[in-house]
Amino acid sequence: MRALLIRDLRLAMRAGGGFGLALSFFLLVAVLVPLGVGPEARVLALIAPGILWIGALLACLLSLDRIFALDFEDGSLDLLVTAPMPLEGVVSIKALAHWLVTGLPLTLLAPVLGVLLHLPGPGYGWLVVSLLVGTPALSVIGTFGAALTVGLRRGGLLMSLLVLPLYVPTLIFGAEVVKRGALGFDTTTPLLLLAGITLGAAALLPFASAAAVRINLR
Amino acid sequence: MELVVRDLAVARGGVRVLEGLSFSLSAGRALVLRGPNGIGKTTLLRTLAGLQRAEAGEMSLPPEAMAYAGHADGIKPTLSVAENLEFWAAVHGTVLTGAVLGAMDLAALADRPAQSLSAGQKRRLGLARLLVSGRPLWVLDEPTISLDAASVGLFVAAVRAHLAGGGAALMATHIDLGLAEAAVLDLAPFRATGGGFDGIADGGFGGGFDGGPAGAFG
Repeated sequence: MRALLIRDLRLAMRAGGGFGLALSFFLLVAVLVPLGVGPEARVLALIAPGILWIGALLACLLSLDRIFALDFEDGSLDLLVTAPMPLEGVVSIKALAHWLVTGLPLTLLAPVLGVLLHLPGPGYGWLVVSLLVGTPALSVIGTFGAALTVGLRRGGLLMSLLVLPLYVPTLIFGAEVVKRGALGFDTTTPLLLLAGITLGAAALLPFASAAAVRINLR
Repeated sequence: MELVVRDLAVARGGVRVLEGLSFSLSAGRALVLRGPNGIGKTTLLRTLAGLQRAEAGEMSLPPEAMAYAGHADGIKPTLSVAENLEFWAAVHGTVLTGAVLGAMDLAALADRPAQSLSAGQKRRLGLARLLVSGRPLWVLDEPTISLDAASVGLFVAAVRAHLAGGGAALMATHIDLGLAEAAVLDLAPFRATGGGFDGIADGGFGGGFDGGPAGAFG
């Protein structure tokens, strides 16, 4: 298990591994939005929580098809399925590795980009907290989508269509936490719901992902 | 350890290709599967390795006893030869030793990234994974593809050592390995009746090409 995590992290860091793809996409969104919307601080402050969460979500989506596609192409997935590890554990580790190279860096980068979008002062802490709590759900749900479409040639479009609706609750509650936090309101309810989505997804979806991989390899 | 297969039926893409297949393979023995392209050698090996479900029949060994090596080697191009093998060793709870690298003549290549290897060298790396898996039954699909004569010799020596150590090997191959202790199983008598294979061989293709030269596919 630990060997798989280390391998996946190492592969992501090496040339062509895709680390930085999500980050640079997130950066581009945050840089381009003020250019497109205009420099008015009041407008930007209003849309900043939503834009930052949408940027993080799409950046996450962009890197999903790497979770299983490369392992499927070179035959590693066959070998992982026959390895002495539960497949549920394998897909969980893959989701964790995806979060460590995507969700976690996005979370750490987000406050910097918040400055570009004039995010109000009290919102920064909530932005980091909401992304920290919410992005694991994006990785786990995304792993499920990737598992459903593994083996399909150019299944990226289908995966996006499958995954996006599942991302909607995370987006709504995640952005709501930041919005309320930025305005100084109570954030307990959306934060609890966000945590609930993450915990529920992490508890249930690995079983669905493993079943989907098994069926797709058959 | 003995593999006993009784009345096995396997299907590829929902079409039954082999049925009524029974054989046994005891420790220290090797069995070579023979049969024309498309008869279901790969499907049979994948079924035994647990990647597919058998349509009918039973086998005495669980997939956990088998080390499967298919057409793809499961090599990560950006990892070095040693890193690739160390990963699979860790997954199977063994350690990579110099003897393993030596057995497949990989010692000089250990620190090279796998993407810079030739096709034959990659194949040797793929076969070295069997040695670190520590599993008793090797299930090999065309193991000698892209190997030169010297490398085939290394492979045969590795199989011999594995058999001498109480292991067993089941392989599909078209070439003569010079393995005296290997029995040969011809799959032709177990071809499923009414399956897709016969339909195609009897002109299933030809019918679709109106006006083509008669017998072009025969």
